[in-house]
Parts: sequence; structure tokens; C-alpha cells
Amino acid sequence: MKTIILAIALLATPGLALAQKTDADFIDAKEAPHATGQQIFTHICQGCHMADAKGAVGAGHYPALAGNPKLASAAYPVVMVMNGRGAMPAFGPLLSDAQVADVVNYVRSHFGNAYTDTLKPDDVKPFRPPAAPTDEDN
Amino acid sequence: MTRRDLLRMIGIAGGGALMYQAMTNLGFAAESPYRRPPPLQGTGRGNVLVLGAGLAGLVAAYELGKAGYTVQVLEYNARPGGRNWTLRGGDVYTELGGHQQVCRFDEGQYFNPGPWRIPYHHHGVLDYCRRFGVPLEPFVQVNHNAYIHGKDAFGGKPQRLREVQADFHGGVAELLAKAAGKGRLDDLVSREDREILLEAMRDFGGLDRKYRYAAGRESSEHRGYAKDAGGGPDGKPAFSAPVGLSDMLNGRLWKALGMSELYEYQTTLMQPVGGMDAIGKAFVREIGGNVIRYNAKVTGIAQDGHGVTVTYEDTTTPGAPRQAKADWCVCTIPLSILSQIPIQVSAAKAAAISAVPYMASSKIGLQFKRRFWEEDEAIYGGITSTDLPIGMISYPSHGIGTKKGVLLGSYTFFTEAYEFTSLDPASRIRKAVEYGARIHPQYTAAFENGMAVAWHRSPFTLGCFGWWTDALREKHYADICSMDGRIVLAGEHASYLPAWQEGAILSSLSAIDALHQRARAGGHA
Repeated sequence: MKTIILAIALLATPGLALAQKTDADFIDAKEAPHATGQQIFTHICQGCHMADAKGAVGAGHYPALAGNPKLASAAYPVVMVMNGRGAMPAFGPLLSDAQVADVVNYVRSHFGNAYTDTLKPDDVKPFRPPAAPTDEDN
Repeated sequence: MTRRDLLRMIGIAGGGALMYQAMTNLGFAAESPYRRPPPLQGTGRGNVLVLGAGLAGLVAAYELGKAGYTVQVLEYNARPGGRNWTLRGGDVYTELGGHQQVCRFDEGQYFNPGPWRIPYHHHGVLDYCRRFGVPLEPFVQVNHNAYIHGKDAFGGKPQRLREVQADFHGGVAELLAKAAGKGRLDDLVSREDREILLEAMRDFGGLDRKYRYAAGRESSEHRGYAKDAGGGPDGKPAFSAPVGLSDMLNGRLWKALGMSELYEYQTTLMQPVGGMDAIGKAFVREIGGNVIRYNAKVTGIAQDGHGVTVTYEDTTTPGAPRQAKADWCVCTIPLSILSQIPIQVSAAKAAAISAVPYMASSKIGLQFKRRFWEEDEAIYGGITSTDLPIGMISYPSHGIGTKKGVLLGSYTFFTEAYEFTSLDPASRIRKAVEYGARIHPQYTAAFENGMAVAWHRSPFTLGCFGWWTDALREKHYADICSMDGRIVLAGEHASYLPAWQEGAILSSLSAIDALHQRARAGGHA
């Protein structure tokens, strides 16, 4: 047991240093509001749509974002990200208008997509659904 | 504040385990109303197609078969059980995106990537276990000697749950006793009640005779001793030093205490001996192996006044559609997938099927060559909570005292789960070991291998469970559960017990009851 206490004590200092170091694989809560479109894609979107944005097929499928003609209209991915659809959760509550715009811009300009019109936060704002009624009575 | 805001706040600030705790706090948890149902009354005639061989599908197949129906089950996987699933050495799992994992656990070691614990009030699950002779053993949920860890609390040093709980209770009790002693509660409690309250606070908080929470016998009896009592000349114990209330409050570790107080996690919880899949396997044994057709991917569900036609393909010979016909259909396909399959149901039901997002969750099982948590730290089963991305570490409740062990190295929901899902399996495991080593430095030397299951990458569910909100339930739940012509849905998504096996079972019993009634009425509503 003594060796363990010692081991933990020894770990304490580098452990603290480690805590300060950011981990590229996980966005710290404090950093989340500043996450870029690319970061949002690699930390959230690619979980389902895959790192190459080509989607996947099993008993159901995740649509490809790479070369998806539905991305021609920027409104389409904005609505998807903001409100979700089917099994896809809504990410509006998790992301700012700037982040929704940024991640849509990122997807529409990568993976073989080369749309040049760029969304600004104000373009995205109208798509944000009104705040849900409170359910504190439940 | 909306539920979602709250979940978001907690999800971001507190880690996935707290997120899940909050969800259950917000009205998801409810006691199972299960009473062992009488067998379906009267003889069933005709045949039933059951889609999916998870617990909902297996219950339907078993009960309808017993009632006299001819049952056929179509299952996407090459095995029964669905999310009732256990990974062992030699198992191969290929997730969406193509990453394949070969499980390298030693013989006798296992990991439940899906459900892993059964509350004592999940009477449906427990009843089938009893009827089918599935042996159960206690699942340790609360371990006072496991840790609560905050990366920014107490210099990142893990604290024993026992100490956090004692210091939190002690500090609060002392505060209340002080307020009562100064007469500050006089307008709230009677004089007599005040005396009882003071006595109760001493008891509850481990306060000394002067109502102080301080180093001494009373507090050490709650938080443990600096040196445990022993024998011989040096046997005298040494009292430990409590952490003050301000430090305790600011450290935020008390947040992790609440989970095990919740109804769903109160003792006693149980697990099947040898792995959760013992339940699915027992159903298959009872039903008979020929009833289930595996590797069957459903691509369409149609119905008319006479019956149901399901189109599917054998995933081992894709591109050749086949058809199965029956009088009735119990469809247990998760809504994440069903919403992508053409199905002939009312517009309201179709809308409901497409309305429910699926919650993200991720689990990682890690095999270690020695049980350092038992040998070095006296942790036998239970859960260590952390606000690191791994969410928690859970130590096996079984095999205590044996050499090796597989522990749950990470269990996440929501934001951390999205992030784990976005990594490839090898990176998930590497991360779980890296973060776990900040709580247990022994990880580095003792780690052998692992398996990582991120539920949104699961080809047979595309998510973990139906993420209902109260607003969604109000709008769509009745349409999910209603019988639509000759088709009825079942699964955890058609229950008020999301993600729980009990939800799948109760939903299925309800669905087949509706089906049977309609069949007995000659096919009319």
C-alpha cells in the first residue's frame, strides 16, 4: 500500500501538468465554445458520417456527406445540424450559431465538396428553433 | 430552463455519468409495473413474423409460440440478443466504418458492451431469469472504497467515496446543527423537534458531542481511519482528518454521490453469471434454434387486410431480396433503423418512427494481468466516477481474488460519447488506458488488451437507445405503441424505461397482448 501512496504522490505533479495540457482527442468543456468547424466535425460528426465523410451501411445507413448533392443548398445541412432528423440528434442546443455555420462551411468545402458560398452566424440564426417550453413541472 | 438545457449544462460540466444521472432524475426512472402476466388467453392461430432477436423479439417469439402461433424471427446479426450482448476471447466485432476488433480476453473473462446490471425492481428481467434458470449474482454498484475523481479537485488526486460522502454529510450536518444551536431554525422547527434534529445530525454526520465535525472517533467511524485498528502493541487506530465543508463544496465531488441514491441504482442490483448474454441464450434455448433466421436485413415491411409481407436479404448473399409472409408482425427494429425502412403504417406512426433521436453511448472493456484494484487498493467491485472523458471505471463484481480481470474502463454518454465514437477503436482503448492511469498508475504496467464499443457505430442499432423527451412523448409515444393493422412495434423505444432491458420486455408483453386480442377478434380492431 505504501508504494501505491508513493506512486500516487509521484504522479500528482506530472498529473497536474497533464491536466493543463489539452488533449486533441477531447475538447475540454471550457474550450467547447471555441471549437472550430473542423474540430466539431472530427469530434462529433465523424462518429457517424465517418472520417472520410462517406457514411456507412449496416442494418440502416448513415448518409455520405462527401459528394452529397443535398449540400448544394446550405440551408439543408444547417437544418439537419440544428434540428436533427430521424435518429440524428439536434446539435443546435450544443453549438452556437457561429459553430453551426462553421461546421457546415467545413463540410461544404471538404471531402470533395467545393461550395464557395460561406455562411455567417447571422445566416444560421433564423434556423434556430425557439427555445422549448420549460418542463420543470414534470 | 428546459430539460435539454439542463442536460447540456450537466453533460458539458459534469461528465457523461452525471448526464445519465440527470436524465434519470428528470423523470425517466419509474418502477416496472411488471406482474408475471397470465399466459395469453385462448389459443392463438396463424403465424407471426418477429423482426429482431433482441430481448423484445425473443419475448414475443417465446410467448406467442407458447400461445399457439407459428413464429418466425428475422435477425440482422449472426447471433441472438441484440444489445443483450457479451464479448469474450475470440469474438470478432466489426463496427460501421469497417474497423474490426478481435477480442483477446483470456478464457473466462468477458465484457458486456450493452446492459450490464439489473435493478431488483426490474421484475420482468428477473422473472425470465428465474423461469429459465439463468443464475444471477450481485452486481456491486456502490463501493465506499472506490474513488470519486475530479481532474481539478484536490490536485487531481482521487478521493475515496467514503471520505467524500462522510465529509459532505458531516459538513452539512455541522452547519445545520450550528444554525439550530443559534436559534436560527426556531421559526422552522419546534423546540422538541430541534432537539431530535440535533441528535439526528450527530448520527447522520458523525459529529462529536459538541456537534463539531472534526478529527475523532465519530468522524473516523464514517470516513475511515488514518491508521486502521490492529492487534498487538501498535493496534491503536489513528483518526483521520476531515476535509472542511468549503473545500468539499468547491471540489464538486459531491456531484458523483447522488447517482447511487437513485432508485435505479439502489442495491441490490444483479448480473447473470458469466455474462449478460446468458439471458438471450436462454430464450433461444426455450424457443428452439430453428425459429430464428440470422443474417437477415429487413428492407421493407408491407401489409394489407390479409397479412404482412417483409422483404429482406441475407447479408451473406446480398442483392437477392427475399420475402417472408405472415398474418401478423411484431417489429422490434430500433427506430434509428426502422425510420429508414419503407413500412406501410399510418402517417402518424411513420412520423413517430422518424421523430426519436438516438442517444450516444460508448463503453470500453480493458483486461489487466493483475487485479491491482483489489490487491493494492482494496476495491472489490463498484464504480469510480471521474470528470475525465472516460466518465467512470467499474471493477468486476465477479472473479474477486482471481488473477486477471476485465474492468469497464470507460462508460460515456452524450458529448464524451460523441468524441469516443469519433475515434477508431484502437485510439479509444489507448485513451481509456491513458486517462485511467491518472486514477490508477498501475494501468501502464498491467494493461493487456481491450474492446471498445461505441453504440452509434453498431451496425445493428445505429445508436444506443431512443432519446425521448417529455415533449416528444406527448406528441409521438402513443403512435409508437399503437397496433397499426397487423403490425405492432416493441423494444425499449416503446417503453418508459429507455435503454433498460426491462423496457424491452414490458413493451413486448404489451405489444403481443394487443396483437393477440386483435387476432382473437378475427383480425379486426
